[in-house]
Order: sequence, then structure tokens, then C-alpha cells
Amino acid sequence: MKAREGEVITSALFANGIKVFGHHPRDGAPQGIFCVNGQCSQCMVLLNGVPVKGCMTTLMPGMHIESCEGVPGLPEDDALPDFSDPETIETDVLVIGGGPAGINAARELGILGIDTLVVDDKNELGGKLTLQTHPFFGSKDDCYAGIRGIHIARILTAELEKLESVKTIRNTTAVGVFHDGIIGMYGEGKYFLVRPRAVLVSCGAREKTLAFPGCDLPGVYGAGAFQTLLNRDLILPTERLFIVGGGNVGLIAGYHAIQAGIQVVGLVEALPHCGGYKVHLDKLKRLGVPVFTSHTILAAEGADTLERIIISGIDEGFRPIPGTEKEYNVDTLLIAVGLTPVDELYKKMRDFGIECYACGDSEEIAEASAALFSGKIIGRKIARSLGHPVEIPAEWYATEEVLRSKPGKKIPFQPADQNMRMYPLIRCVEEIPCDPCVDSCPQGSIIIEEDSIMGLPVFRGECIGCMKCVSACPALAITVVQPDYDTANDTALVVIPYELAWNDLAEGKEVRTVDMEGNPIGGGKIIKFKKSALDKSRILVFLEVPRKDAFQAAGFLVQEIEKGQKGPVVTETLPDDTIICRCERITAGEIRGEIRAGVRDMNILKATVRSGMGACGGKSCTELILKLYRDEGVDPADVTLPTERPFVAEVPFSTFAGVKGERGGK
Amino acid sequence: MSLNKYDGIVIGSGSVGTPLAYFLALEGWRILVLDGKKSPGQGQNKAAIGGVRATHSDPAKITLCLQSIEIFSGWKEKHGTDIGWIEGGYCFPIYTGEDEASLRKLLPVQKSFGLNIDWVGPEKIKELIPGINEKGLRGGTWSPGDGQVSPLKAVAAFWKESRDRGAEYRFDEPVTDLIISSRRLEGVITPRGKYYADVVVNAAGAYAKQIGEMAGIDIPVVPDSHEAGISAPLERFIDPLIVDIRPGPWGKTSNFYFGQNDRGQVIFCYTPLRPLVGTNRAVTSEFMPTIARRMIDLIPRLKNMLIRRVWRGLYPMTPDGIIILDKVREREGFYLAAGMCGQGFMLGPGVGLNLANLIVRGKPLIDPDIFSSLGFHRNFQAQRSEALK
Repeated sequence: MKAREGEVITSALFANGIKVFGHHPRDGAPQGIFCVNGQCSQCMVLLNGVPVKGCMTTLMPGMHIESCEGVPGLPEDDALPDFSDPETIETDVLVIGGGPAGINAARELGILGIDTLVVDDKNELGGKLTLQTHPFFGSKDDCYAGIRGIHIARILTAELEKLESVKTIRNTTAVGVFHDGIIGMYGEGKYFLVRPRAVLVSCGAREKTLAFPGCDLPGVYGAGAFQTLLNRDLILPTERLFIVGGGNVGLIAGYHAIQAGIQVVGLVEALPHCGGYKVHLDKLKRLGVPVFTSHTILAAEGADTLERIIISGIDEGFRPIPGTEKEYNVDTLLIAVGLTPVDELYKKMRDFGIECYACGDSEEIAEASAALFSGKIIGRKIARSLGHPVEIPAEWYATEEVLRSKPGKKIPFQPADQNMRMYPLIRCVEEIPCDPCVDSCPQGSIIIEEDSIMGLPVFRGECIGCMKCVSACPALAITVVQPDYDTANDTALVVIPYELAWNDLAEGKEVRTVDMEGNPIGGGKIIKFKKSALDKSRILVFLEVPRKDAFQAAGFLVQEIEKGQKGPVVTETLPDDTIICRCERITAGEIRGEIRAGVRDMNILKATVRSGMGACGGKSCTELILKLYRDEGVDPADVTLPTERPFVAEVPFSTFAGVKGERGGK
Repeated sequence: MSLNKYDGIVIGSGSVGTPLAYFLALEGWRILVLDGKKSPGQGQNKAAIGGVRATHSDPAKITLCLQSIEIFSGWKEKHGTDIGWIEGGYCFPIYTGEDEASLRKLLPVQKSFGLNIDWVGPEKIKELIPGINEKGLRGGTWSPGDGQVSPLKAVAAFWKESRDRGAEYRFDEPVTDLIISSRRLEGVITPRGKYYADVVVNAAGAYAKQIGEMAGIDIPVVPDSHEAGISAPLERFIDPLIVDIRPGPWGKTSNFYFGQNDRGQVIFCYTPLRPLVGTNRAVTSEFMPTIARRMIDLIPRLKNMLIRRVWRGLYPMTPDGIIILDKVREREGFYLAAGMCGQGFMLGPGVGLNLANLIVRGKPLIDPDIFSSLGFHRNFQAQRSEALK
């Protein structure tokens, strides 16, 4: 088996077609990836005989990797090592998490010369920016709108590296907060302590999960996990994909999948409308992805890995409607049902009276553009708390609010014939904080009339056909139309932004056009295509369509729309054998038994059925158990949550004693 | 009978309160257990590492723990519930002549009270503790009848069996005052009501002193604390609980002790050289680096285990390190099962059984002379000392 040095173990295994990393001691169930973010511990493998999280462990030559079958033994290595005290680093500010919020905060602190230590659990700074291959929304001045997340991460990292008072430590996780005001860190085979004057928790979010039969099968995992495999590690983890959840995370993951040539078989969303930006939803539909609102996932099935799923329609009470079941053959199911702040360290720090702040998703789940901007503000706030008299402009708070805004009002798309040779059609019909189109037009013809970037852009004035707006719109929501392209044949020219593989295009190729929301319109022919001058990852496709379709044609299908088979009638939605706690493999039935016996304290569940006692410490099951309580008619307010204790991730014993060079690799 | 009138009230539903309620309920008594927490065992019980040994130097503790072991070890057969009992014994590996002499000196006393214990040579120790550091190893004591139990499972089991026998539990109901008429303790007050009983037992663990104050009685129990941790599960490789009584070379610890529980997790704890007095239960940054050195120094192969969780639990200490198990002369109807000095879990069933007998029949099961050494009215300043803390 071959692997690239420096990639994480799980990605190397995926690249070699291995999706099962071991079997659980309790019931022999196959174990695969789930979070690919160091949170869940499901990807344990044995590295030189010792269990490690495969998704957090970088490959190095000479490593011996085995699957983790049942309970691991302890290698009979009886050499007495040398000990040393863990290092204690003193710093003015500790920033935990070098994502968009953390980096930008550290930058503000660094500009003021404040001694700052940024600790991040990945190999590269940028957090989830490093997975975001799509251009950002927002505004250029505030948060790099129009630039792809992955590039923003590099720009910010480079800026941070220039600041002398800022140090960064990578591949290192903050594993525990102690009551003596010290934070324990583990990474690269080393445990050390940090004693800060103030802490910023900007650890981002973890993905919420969902319980259904088969939710624990390898092949069912988070959308963020998928993006990590695909966009960070450049692994093609699947051929046929289905998505649960129509928020931005699910929609964008679907788009990235299609960009990678993966068949996105469909997407279900439990609510009657997808919660993500309409532009993201439309983009996905236009490529040929069926989106089922008011639908849910009923079951995932397969022998050792996922083979098929069953979805169904649901009523207003979110109850499945028998007879509406559909079955699809897929090898991967992405769970994109929202995010939860990673804030357990922050809460502990507050309990212990440590000067601490939270920012980005650790504070409030929002877009990365908002996190970028909030980081600036919090950086200055911390500086002020340390006695640096720096101002925080009042308008920063206003901008922060705008960037955090949920989508606003929607208007219908009503294109009008402008009586011009060519001009843009802007399919931006839902208020979101975004304005790169305004800047893009050299004629100044695209304007937002409102004061806020939440306003919808309109075209007023001249169009010189430069196509810059088509290139600039992060959402691919602008086409340029030339209605009277060929009057003899009664055809129009539509210039469409395209971010998929260049090879699939050919001059003269016939395509099936769709409207803004992906409804089929008719046919079209590719006249020419060229790389955008503004953004090399974007292609402008010049499409000749019948004149009557000129205003409607917004894209063309790139994959077959699949219909699925009629699925079996499912009567029980969450059967007793559904896994709720994936670390300890505790079922819904076991937990229900305790709930019905009157248990209202999750600490007792820990004692009696062991839910939440595994490696992850209840990070994924606590919410699912609360849902079981609700389903049993118990008010979650009457339920006592489990006590949280260090460590947030398992730490090798040797590292506490400063034992060096024991284990290969980081 | 009035609804809020009971035969007995037990304050505290932890390692001591739940077995006591069980044994009183077995006697047909109508029992109420009150606890300020949301469920049983949420005080120090869940902080215990679960070792159960009769290997003590104090005769009362030896005999009470022998009874605890009998109750724990027979539990599954009697009630069908697995409480994680492992009869793996206790092993005290010894590296100095001084320690060897002091442990050997205890053996005749320990044996005279029925404890199965002996000195074994280094070969036997190496067999019991694979991978143990052999340098200077002189041998140690080995008491194969000792073992370990899951504190979480045990408290849940006592809770269930006592309820099945009629005991009533009220949680989230801290006792805020006592009802006293002349010399007699008649009941207790909580934020939700008043409850009356012929007998009230203070099994409030670290908070026994505060309950005593409500009765106008000074109970000399002051909590300090020990930190503890647990690893991820490992294939079973050590059966006995291990106690290393050497003081730590870095001036932070006196002894430390650990074992591998029924889930294969290594669970460990040390006694800080300077007691951490108070009720703070948050972990310090000093604990893991200190214990890791000591344990890896003793068994180097432990370096490769993964640490999952750490916590801190309270040791309700008495001035002489001996528990208090008695009725209070100044307050009729008031009994104490307090000051367990960090051994409430292993002592719990023996304490419960004997106190239930004292309450119901006027005398404990064990030799009353030995039992009386646990008396509340003893001189706590007398220089008694427990060699095997």
C-alpha cells in the first residue's frame, strides 16, 4: 500500500480504498471515519501497536499501521524511559484555534505587539477556510469577498507570520483546562502547559449528528469530514453520494462533490425549505441534483459499509409518511444537519475565573465571513482588557451584525428586456450579506440601492460585455445575455459561469439547459468557453440557446437526475437497535429503558448504560439522548446534563511524563 | 401513619447511604433517603476508583471490609446484577527494607482478623504485575481475596434493590435543617418539606459536618481531596489493585494506587503529600505529570496507554484517620456514618450492614469491642494511626 508522507492516516487508507479501520469490541461493528476532525475517536487505528486517531495522525516513513480489532493490548515494551517536566509557556494571550476568527484576532494583537500564542490542532492554519474552495460572500473590504476560502487562509497565515509577537504551534489540541488557570496541550508527541493572561477560544464548531438505523455504518459521515477528505487531502472518497441537510454546509458539500466528478444522487431537508442561501441551493439544482424538502433519511443499509439508503416524505410533525419511501444505491451519506459550538473549554475557563473570550463558531454559529470580522473585534477587545488603549470603531459592530445576518427577504426573479445589445441578469433574489458584483462592474452599472450589503444588486446603465460580473459573483448567480445573437436562427447568447472540469466542455457540444432553480428548459449549444481572467478556477461558457429561453437559461445539467426505486414501507422510525452513543455502541432501546424507568440524570445513564463514557466524552450522543427524552415526552429542561471533565481528547500517558521519542510520527 | 413519617431517614445517597438504606429496608423498615444532588452517587461515589480491600491495619476496617467483600462478591449471584466485581486481590510491591519490615509486622494482626494475606517474593510480584520495574524489588504483600467493583454500578444496584424493598428516595432535596425537640432528633427539613423519623442517619459524606452543626453537634470531618484518572480500555493484563507506598521522589505524593477495572480501563489515583483541603473538585495541572512519572517508573509499559478522563474527589477526613460509626449520645435518634477518609466505597456495605444492625437490634454484627473503636465520643487526638491509608 502506498501513501504520501505528511498526509493523515485515514486519508491514506481512503486513498487505498480502505474504509473500515477496525471493529468495535462490544459488538464487532465495523468502524470507519465520522468527523475527520479529531472529535469523535471512531477512526482509531494501531500505530506501532498503540491506538491513535487516524484522522489526526500524520504519516511518516517507518510507521506500522494496523486495524484496531476489539480492545487493544498494551505492547510489552518494558524499557524505562527518561522523564522530564512538561514545559510551561507563559503568554499574554493564548488563542485556541487558528481558524478565521482566531487568526484575525491574533493579527490585531500582533499588530499591537502583544505576546500571543496561537495553537491549532491541524497542520495548516485557517481552520475550515482550508476546505472552502468556493469564493466567499460578504464584502471585499471586510472579509475578502470573492476570494476562495482556501486562498484567504494562505493570505492570513502569511500576514500572521510577519508579526513578531505572534507564535503559532500546529498539530496541537487544547485538551484540558485546569482550575489553577493552566491549559493543557497535546500535539506532535508532546504534552505541555500554557499559562496565559487571557484566552481566546476560537475552536470553531463540530457537526451535529442524527440517529437513524445504520447511522453508524462506515460511509455515513459528516459533510465537513467529506470536505476535509476532498478539498484538503485531495481524496476522492466516493462515487455516489447522498446528502442529509439543506443548510449551507450540505449545499456547498454537494457542489464540491460535483466539482470532483462525484454523482450527487440527492439531498433531503426535513423542513419545507432549505435553510442555506438560495443561491447555493439553486446552483446545486441547476447541475442536476434532486432536492427533497419535507423529507428525511429513514435508514442506511449495507454489510460492512453503506450500500443503500431509504428516504421518505414527512408530515408537519416530522413523522414519516408511509408509502413515500424511496431507495437509492449510494456508497456515502453526508450528514449536514447543523453545527454546535466547540465551547466546552470556554465554559470551564469561565467556571474557573480565567480571563477568556469566545469568537467565531465557538461563540455563535455563522458564516466564516462573519468569523473573520468578529476576530478583529475580539482581538482589540482582548488588547483593551490587557491595558492597550486601542479603539474599536463603532461601525465594526454594525458590520459584524450584517455579516452574521441570516438570509432576509426573497423576491421573485423577473428579468426584463433591457433593449441593449448585452447585459447581465442577476439572479440574486434573496438578501444575503454580499457585494462583490458591485465592485466588479467597470461601468459602475451594478448597484445596491440600500445602505447595507444585505441589499439586492440591480443592473442600471451600460454593459460593455466584459463579463467581470459573471466571474465575480461568488454564487454564480449572474449570467450575461445577448438576446439577438443570431436573428436569422432566432437564438440568443447566454454566458454562464462554470466551475467544473474543463475536459467536459467542447465547442459545439449540445447541453440541456435549466432555469435558475434547475427546472429543464430545453437545449443549447456551447459556442466557446474560456477561463475567466479574474478567477482562474472559473470558466465562462458561451451558450447559444433559442431566443425564447434567453432570460430563463441559467445553467445546464451535468449529471442525470436520478429517480430512485420505491423503497420498503418503514413503520418504525427509530428502532431500539439504533446506535445512539457511537463510542460505546449504546442503543436507543437501552437508553429508552432507563428513561422509562425514570432516569432524568445523564450521569446515571453514564453509570448504568455507559452512554457518553467513551473516548469522545458525549460530544455526539448528548444531543441525540436529549431528543430521545423529548420523544418520550420528557421536557429536556428536566434532564440533568452529564458532567464534563478533561480531557477533550485522549492523551498518551507517556507525554505527561515528558517521555520523548517513543512513538514515531506526530 | 402520616405520609411524611418514616422509620428511618438516611441523609446522603452515596457509597454509604445506599447500602445502608438497602440493609434497613431489608429489615422491613420504611426508609427515606434524601440527597441534594439529582441522583444517587453524585457526590464522591463516582470519584472512587473502586478498589475494595480488607488489607488495612485497623481491626475495625479489616473486619468491616471483609463483610463488604462478601456482599460485593456475592452480589451478582444473589441479585443477578453485574457490579463489576473482580477478585483480583491487592498487591503492595515493596522496594525498601523499611517498608518491608513495616508491612511484614502487620501480617500477624491482619491474619488474626481473618484476612488472607501473605508476603510474596519478587517472582510472584512479577507474575502478578507483568512488566513491573524489577530494580530493587524485594517482594510485597498479596491478598488475593481483595478486589474491585464499579462504584457507579454498585450504587445503582443498591439504589434499585433498596427501592424494590420499599425505600423511598428524594433527590434535589438537600437537608437544610433538623427538627429537634429537647434531646431528640425527630426529623429533617428540606426546601420541599418536613420529614419525621425515629432514626436519622448522617451519611452526608464530605458534608457530614454541616449536618452535625444543624444538630448542634461538632463532627470533626474536614474534606481534603485526591485527583484520579482513567485510561481507554486495554486488554486485561493486571488483575490486582496495586498500591505503591513509597513517597514520591518529586515531593508531591505519598502513595499511589491503581488497577484495571472490569472494562479494561486503568484507573489511578495518588495521595498528595500536602493535603488539598477543601471542597474544590476541579482538576489541577499538576496531577497528570506527577502520576504519569510514578506509574511509568513502576510499570514502564503503561507509557503507551491513552488517558481518557481525570477528576478530583473529596476525602472526608477525621483527625485520626479512622471512620465514625456510632449513635450520638446528645441527640437521641441521631446516628453517624461519617468521616470515611476516602474509603467510603469499600467500607459502605460493611458499614451499612453493621449500622443497620446497631439501629434495629442495638448491636453491630462485628465484635462490639472492635466496633466501639469507631465511636463518635472517642478521643480524636489520641495518636492512633492507620498504617495503610
